[in-house]
Amino acid sequence: MSHQSTYNPQTGVEKWVDERLPIVRLGYDSFVDFPTPKNLNYWYTFGGILAICLMVQIVSGVVLAMHYTAHVDYAFLSVEHIMRDVNYGWLMRYTHANGASMFFIAVYAHIARGFYYGSYKAPREILWILGVVIFLLMMATAFMGYVLPWGQMSFWGATVITSLFSAIPVIGDPIKTLLWGGFSVDNPTLNRFYALHYLLPFLIAGAVILHIWALHVPGNNNPSGVDVKDVKKDTLPFHPYYTVKDGFAIVVFLLLFAAFVFYMPNALGHPDNYIEADPLVTPAHIVPEWYFLPFYAILRAIDFNFLFIDSKLGGVIAMFGSILIWFVVPWLDRSKVRSMRYRPIAKQFFWALMVAFFGLGWLGAQPAEGIYVVFAKILTLYYFAYFLVILPVLSVTEKPLPLPKSIADAVLSDKAKKGKAKSPAPITAGGAQPAPAE
Amino acid sequence: MSSTTEDQGELINQHRPKGDWVQPDSNEPTKREFIHLLAAGTAAAAGAGIVIPLVSQLAPDAAVRALAQKEVSVAGVEPGQAVKTIWQGKPVFIRRLTEDEQATDDGVAMATLKDAQARNDNIGTADATLENRIQQGGFVVVLGVCTHLGCVPLGTETGENRGDFGGWFCPCHGSHYDSLGRIRKGPAPTNLPVPPLEFLSETNIRLG
Amino acid sequence: MMKKLLTAAALAAAILPGAASAAGVAKEPKSKEWYWDGPFGHYDRDSLQRGFQVYREVCAACHSMKLIAFRHLGDPAGPFYLEECPVELGLPDSTDCSDPAQNPIVKSLAAEYTITDGPDEAGDMFERPGLPADYLPSPYANVQQAASANGGAYPPDMSLLVKARVNGANYIYSLLTGYPEKDLKTIEVPGGQYYNPYYPGDTLSLMKPEYIDENGEIIEDAVRAAEDPKYVSSDGHIYGGAFKMKSPLTDGIVTYEDGTEETIEQYAKDVVSYLAWAAEPKLDERKGMGTFVMAYLFIFAGITYASYRQIWSSANIEH
Repeated sequence: MSHQSTYNPQTGVEKWVDERLPIVRLGYDSFVDFPTPKNLNYWYTFGGILAICLMVQIVSGVVLAMHYTAHVDYAFLSVEHIMRDVNYGWLMRYTHANGASMFFIAVYAHIARGFYYGSYKAPREILWILGVVIFLLMMATAFMGYVLPWGQMSFWGATVITSLFSAIPVIGDPIKTLLWGGFSVDNPTLNRFYALHYLLPFLIAGAVILHIWALHVPGNNNPSGVDVKDVKKDTLPFHPYYTVKDGFAIVVFLLLFAAFVFYMPNALGHPDNYIEADPLVTPAHIVPEWYFLPFYAILRAIDFNFLFIDSKLGGVIAMFGSILIWFVVPWLDRSKVRSMRYRPIAKQFFWALMVAFFGLGWLGAQPAEGIYVVFAKILTLYYFAYFLVILPVLSVTEKPLPLPKSIADAVLSDKAKKGKAKSPAPITAGGAQPAPAE
Repeated sequence: MSSTTEDQGELINQHRPKGDWVQPDSNEPTKREFIHLLAAGTAAAAGAGIVIPLVSQLAPDAAVRALAQKEVSVAGVEPGQAVKTIWQGKPVFIRRLTEDEQATDDGVAMATLKDAQARNDNIGTADATLENRIQQGGFVVVLGVCTHLGCVPLGTETGENRGDFGGWFCPCHGSHYDSLGRIRKGPAPTNLPVPPLEFLSETNIRLG
Repeated sequence: MMKKLLTAAALAAAILPGAASAAGVAKEPKSKEWYWDGPFGHYDRDSLQRGFQVYREVCAACHSMKLIAFRHLGDPAGPFYLEECPVELGLPDSTDCSDPAQNPIVKSLAAEYTITDGPDEAGDMFERPGLPADYLPSPYANVQQAASANGGAYPPDMSLLVKARVNGANYIYSLLTGYPEKDLKTIEVPGGQYYNPYYPGDTLSLMKPEYIDENGEIIEDAVRAAEDPKYVSSDGHIYGGAFKMKSPLTDGIVTYEDGTEETIEQYAKDVVSYLAWAAEPKLDERKGMGTFVMAYLFIFAGITYASYRQIWSSANIEH
């Protein structure tokens, strides 16, 4: 979908600027007259929602940074100072803390959408890879941010996660000491985490710009997975059609966000983090934030040595591998058909993957004992099998359903189906007569 | 509404925005457009609302505001003595003048003063006379920040240089204040200001 | 296939929780409807005042509240907030009693405490009456002193206790009202420790020998025969554990001036109320703003949806 710029500067000033720095043109071509497939559903609004999430986190985070003190003696107190004494400080902190959870809800929905509709396939591989990079940066940022309040979970979470690096043979322990800046998680650790927690969001913002750039070269994928053939028939200009649709979705998402901030601000947190960090007492159950639970379950599922790899290293490899494997998904899934709508078998396995992922998330919050570990192992095995075995095999063996000829055709056949299901009554004069799919 | 794909394409084409998505053939805002304006207006109002907490978080917080006022006891200060206290992070000088000092200050003609304004937060614009600068019991309460460039003048502690006029002397650039805190000589432009204060009792002053 | 998977997942979820129940289960806290719960619930000033009195006269002997300053007590929604100065005090017009630092109740309350300040000109610490900006003094100088005065257990700071415990308000209420009236028959509690069914501890080590078989397992039938069933869990263990705090409340220990009944339950309710306020002092402000924000967003969503339908009607696509 090569897209000719339609920006037409009206005034002399606009022309003058456009000849020197065509930034208005860039915005216009990206967010106004950008031809967008006309069949995008609500799953495609999470991109816009994520942009809002990033802005909310950066703005509320900068505000918090103005009142926070990154020192082991004052960090906990300064957070409580924000909660009690700073004007609207409680609002800023609850927005930032719950904002992280909202960010992850949206990013998981966004990623799942990508998996279902095959958004990682050619020609969008780089777009996809940039997305995975953003996700990894988000995880690092969220983890370091959680350390800053210097509660019990902050401290022990930091201890456990940085200890993962000690699993690396030979250089593991020196790396751990390097990360800590000491012999344990302490003031130097807190300070560097604060510095990096402030830095990484700007790297994320940079990666997001590249992500959007990479999106606007091939254009959006769409639920049918077929390419745009006729810009007139298959697409709509981004503005106003998708600005208003994204806008509506963002407001609905903000309703959910506000419900958490104003009515259950601590529901997604952990009570232990309201106890100041104590290096002598470990909480009974160390649990990461909910958004890390599936990966935490994978880490704990590997409790056996495999060849020369001991269980500790194995768990770390599995945990990081479970995300890093996303980088190569475009080359593991060779099917020419993008959307799972037209892949009846792969679709079943996809839903099974969703069940496995939620199951792992649930298991991550349970104690690592007895039957929980068995289930975690089974689900971990399935998780990796989906990417390493199921997708490559299905690429060859699966017979996809016939694809619609174009996006416009797909829309019409959707409407026909909807019409049949919803209103068997005769269609009135003003109503749309559903056209046949062919 | 149409039923064929071709017609639909046409229709969409007709409605493609031409720079501005408000239909160009009508200049009057219609009911259809009103809803879009309302949506944009609601979004703008929400954006403006968010600015309120973002700005007010910059203002002094409750812990700081709790220290906006300070009660100072001057029970032990005899005429001729002075004390220094700190209020809102700034030094405040409290000097109790002797009868002689008061008479000397009272004898200064307004015309000879460098700054003839009272600079007293507790009264409006007034002349820098003795009664406009002094408190009950012969106390003089002034902010201990030189009005030139913000140094703390000497003269409160016993043995310090009190300048040529028996008040305070700023060592940074040589400003001389008299015992009412009025600038008499040197680069400072105005008198030392009298902070807002109230005598809660004869010996208890509330600053702020 | 989808259905099969979901069934399997549901089955797994049904089987799994049984796997976790090992020894050492605390009794599920009493589930109370706290009046400040719910989207419009807010604190009750009278209850907060009584709760502060209970804290001050009972809890404060051992538990600090380091995050609470006297001025916080006069914040809006705080126990001693005054909208306007009481006329009978005859304060000057310039006094703004809604400002916690000028609130006469807060000032006189603070003045009843002795605060160590300093150093003075001679380099010595000195004592003075408290000011609104001072924080509530701690009963002990440091953690070590607190622990050694309490048999080795440090009485936790109470400022955030309600938020620092799972189901905090119910847990603290249950703990305070849950001490058994007489000793349990099946367990032997060491001196200086006190049994409570809601405390997350372990009772297996406390069992009298006649209730333990040679393998160290509980003899369930004997326990059930001997013990009040409210202390016995579903698998025959005794709930809870023993810890270093003896029941702090007794009927009539604190004298209420407003005629409220002076029972353990009422004391517990009031002190939990006060502790909930201390942990989350901005709850009233938060919910008040929440009502406005939610209403605004609902209307905003409606308007945006109407705008969306309007625009998309011209595209002739339904979504």
